Amino acid sequence: MAKNNIGPKRLVVGAGYGVRDWLAQRVTAVLMVVYTAVLLISFLTGSNFSYEGWAGLFAQQWFKLFSAVTLFGLFYHAWVGMRDIWMDYVKPVGIRLALQIITIGWLIGCAVWSVQILWSV
Amino acid sequence: MSEAVREAPKKERPQFTNIHVTQLSNYRLPLAGVVSILHRISGFLMFALLPVVLYLLEKSLLSEISFEHFKGIASHWFMKLVILALVWGYMQHFCAGVRHLIMDTHVGLDKDSARKSAATVLVISLALTALVALKLFGVF
Repeated sequence: MAKNNIGPKRLVVGAGYGVRDWLAQRVTAVLMVVYTAVLLISFLTGSNFSYEGWAGLFAQQWFKLFSAVTLFGLFYHAWVGMRDIWMDYVKPVGIRLALQIITIGWLIGCAVWSVQILWSV
Repeated sequence: MSEAVREAPKKERPQFTNIHVTQLSNYRLPLAGVVSILHRISGFLMFALLPVVLYLLEKSLLSEISFEHFKGIASHWFMKLVILALVWGYMQHFCAGVRHLIMDTHVGLDKDSARKSAATVLVISLALTALVALKLFGVF
């Protein structure tokens, strides 16, 4: 990248140029793989699919926290991925910014809702 | 320089730049490329359908009455299709994601094994989706 690409001439991409998001996406991916395995095992080893069994799993505090952490990881993972999509396909900065703001709002809304769901059991 | 060489017509060489949507049909995407674009499509699909997943989770957890309501919603044919789309997105994104994680450790980066792993991802995710589809529509 040229040296005159600083200050007002800086390329507006909305990214931190860093390894942080790349790493966060991998860490959250591994977390989701583990969660999927735990959910699948408890689902398959449980008896028939009943409300007691299903809600009983989510009623435990450790599972609430595990679910919340995984979901927050998912929302961050989705933010990185969606930002990649907007940066690659949407070139006008104004529209891209609007889409990124909508994405953040969408994900924060989902995060708050998921907490409400998890602690309503 | 001889006359023949100088007069040889200059061939128009293709210029490769970022391709535009309208040029997509001119390119044959390799299998790894198919997996790559499907990773984006499935990721976007799941992002867009997040409220559906949360709504179903809420219905299934809130109470026994809402659990019955959840079973009613989930047995509608259209909802089954939506769930199936989500299942496909999850399987595809999961398998391709595991492939990503393995490749991050510098395993299977050469052209041949990358092609093979891409084919494996497509086959496994489609097979699992088909299995869920059969279950969902009550074949077994």
